[in-house]
Amino acid sequence: MKYNIIIFPGSNCDYDSYYAVKKIMHADADYVWHKDTELKNPDCVILPGGFSYGDYLRAGAIAKFSPIMQEVIKFAKSGGLVIGICNGFQMLTETGLLLGTLLQNKSLLFVCKHQYIKIVNNETPFTNLLQKGDVLDIPIAHNEGNYYIDKIGLQRLNDNQQIVFQYCNKNGDVNDRANPNGAISNIAGIINEKGNVLGMMPHPERVSDPSLNLIDPLSIPIISGRSPTLHSFGNGARTGGQAIFKSIENYIIHKLKI
Amino acid sequence: MKKVKIYVTLKPEVLDPQGKVIMNTLHTLGYKDISEVRASKFFEVTINSDDEKYIKNEIDEICDKVLANPNIETYRFEILSYPNKSV
Repeated sequence: MKYNIIIFPGSNCDYDSYYAVKKIMHADADYVWHKDTELKNPDCVILPGGFSYGDYLRAGAIAKFSPIMQEVIKFAKSGGLVIGICNGFQMLTETGLLLGTLLQNKSLLFVCKHQYIKIVNNETPFTNLLQKGDVLDIPIAHNEGNYYIDKIGLQRLNDNQQIVFQYCNKNGDVNDRANPNGAISNIAGIINEKGNVLGMMPHPERVSDPSLNLIDPLSIPIISGRSPTLHSFGNGARTGGQAIFKSIENYIIHKLKI
Repeated sequence: MKKVKIYVTLKPEVLDPQGKVIMNTLHTLGYKDISEVRASKFFEVTINSDDEKYIKNEIDEICDKVLANPNIETYRFEILSYPNKSV
């Protein structure tokens, strides 16, 4: 299982992602510089969070033209797994690999906090060890996380089950009060139609290390849903972040068909 | 050589929280007759050509590819003689 983590000028979650997949998940991981023109034989590419190119013009808009992005687009179009986290999600919408756009937060404020998200689709390479309705506590930290798509696009996302995560409260209720940024339908993460490209605003890499679960270091920061116990959740995953990375590993290693 | 002024604006159906906040501020200041404010982006581009048709094509291309996000924004532009005289 090998990850490639792309570093852009201004990326700041590249090491967090590396730490999560390499030190916590014990997968292989390589960095790839944005000026490189070849990927390093990945099973999954991570587009990390940060402020690529200072978020000039629009978040993710300039990264789209980096040499390595042309390879990432090719990789994605040939069915390779790509996960874009935060700024990475913004890049994926800018490149057109994912539908919609991430607008500035409705509050006009940078939001940095713990956030509950609900698993809407567990039949993806990224969520296959979770169950529908599971609630994860995964932090967010962004200024442009307000997912927008027109009505026809939203219908398409719903029809194809492309909505993977929705912002919710502790009990899994999806409502306006639980929406941190104004995202349409509380959308926190989506996949492409083929299912191999995921974009999400929350940061799974930031809740991969179990010692970061401050409430109870031996338990998991999932609060409710149908898999509330350590072992029934994510095949032994101890945090919400681990459940996502373990799902990716599970998909690659067992060549799941989703 | 020409100068091109490009205006990139959010589509009417896209909420503009920045514009809303500015409008509220204007209301607070007593400008109650302001019924809407939309914030937008403005670019000034200098181009080494005098061929208006060529310029129009190129600016369209630049806007579609880079300056505007067609999901949420529209654009318009004016071509001016360099440095400042309108054509």
